[in-house]
Amino acid sequence: MSTSLEIWVSAALTLMVMSFLWRDNPFYKFAEHLFVGVSAGYLMVMGFWSTLWPNAIVKLVPTAARVTDPTAALPDREPLILIPLFLGCLMLLRLWPRLSWLARWPTAFAVGTTLGYNLVRSVRSNFLEQIHATVAPGLWISSASGGVDWAATLNQLLLVVGTACALAYFTYTRSGRGFRGGVARSGLLVLMIAFGASFAYAVMSRITLLVGRLQFLLGDWLGLV
Amino acid sequence: MKRLIPRVITSVVGIVLIVSAFVVRPGDDGGAAWPVQAFLYVDRNFSVWFGILAVFAFILGGASLLKNHVSKVLHRRRDWPYSVVTLVSFVGVLVIGLFKLGGPPGLQGEVTDPGAWLLVVFDGLYDPLGSALYALLAFFVASAAYRAFRLRSLESSILLVSAFVVLLGRTPLGTWLSDFLPRSLGFLRIDTFSVWIMSVPNVAGQRAILIGIAVGVVALTLRILAGRGDAEGGRS
Repeated sequence: MSTSLEIWVSAALTLMVMSFLWRDNPFYKFAEHLFVGVSAGYLMVMGFWSTLWPNAIVKLVPTAARVTDPTAALPDREPLILIPLFLGCLMLLRLWPRLSWLARWPTAFAVGTTLGYNLVRSVRSNFLEQIHATVAPGLWISSASGGVDWAATLNQLLLVVGTACALAYFTYTRSGRGFRGGVARSGLLVLMIAFGASFAYAVMSRITLLVGRLQFLLGDWLGLV
Repeated sequence: MKRLIPRVITSVVGIVLIVSAFVVRPGDDGGAAWPVQAFLYVDRNFSVWFGILAVFAFILGGASLLKNHVSKVLHRRRDWPYSVVTLVSFVGVLVIGLFKLGGPPGLQGEVTDPGAWLLVVFDGLYDPLGSALYALLAFFVASAAYRAFRLRSLESSILLVSAFVVLLGRTPLGTWLSDFLPRSLGFLRIDTFSVWIMSVPNVAGQRAILIGIAVGVVALTLRILAGRGDAEGGRS
């Protein structure tokens, strides 16, 4: 059994969280509230030291770079960094109801930035490259010996047809009857298989975490495995 | 005015960034013409500005957390002692992290350097609590899936079978269960079938979803940039 205080605390907190499987109880509530406080503080600290300090404060007051690293070269001053700092201060006005409408300005900037960066990126990687990846191999896949690899060809055909059918399912502007309805329904079945696979991966990731916690309890804490 | 200015900000920032994606080339640097320089600055710095705003959003979240829990404690509302736990842990981690307690002297070094108390907080509190909370979801995901995907329709059945095969195919049990199949029927083995699901129908479905998302992103972006949306908040 471990003699480390850190491991005992971690084990106790893990058991407190797992106690929710029995029912909601004071131990779980304690762990839950502790997690909220710790994670909020941790993320704020990381945001301050990894983003706000180097990208805003050091660019505004270059000598601040020497606070964290006495040998650091001093960067050039960038007065334009006052703009995001001003917008950030406006964001904090959300806490005062009379001035909270000013918090829309930084939100608008964030939305505009997200749209501007994502439009081109999305068209390139989600649209063009996906279409290219679907049609580029062609329908006939050659084997190493030079003939047709029938299994790979059949899979490629299913891939192209499956993608087209699933896209047909997303076309809501036409009625879903007749041949088109059949194609769309086939697309729905393809999507269901994909959702099933995604769901399986979600379950597996959770089970992996659970196994990790059990290994910690039985190994690091109790020393049984 | 309260609605016009945010819309103008969104449109101008979005359009400038989209134009910069076409104006700026990967090799452009300090020697480019001034309009290219301007777009280069925008292209390289707006993501940094966005990151700074994200930190302010964290600060806003922290301030909101303080406001709510302090109010709960002061008014002795239900379960107020747990709010004390949240407040103490929040302020404690902030002090430990912002003053870089336990690490190299003063404010030098990284906040997660060996010996820093924030590292102890991460290893002893944040990581085990986060992992345990997410691991807890394994049980609830399983029970929710049972209720949602019972064999009620062809679609839900296919989803369930697909998930079951992929789950089994990634474990030794799946391999063991279909070990009896002869070599000629190897394609029916659960692990082989799982790989096929992942590489053919799953890829087809995911690609269709990604293409659909791209079309949706284009439509929504154009709508918001044209001032027809209400993405910056407020009533629609």
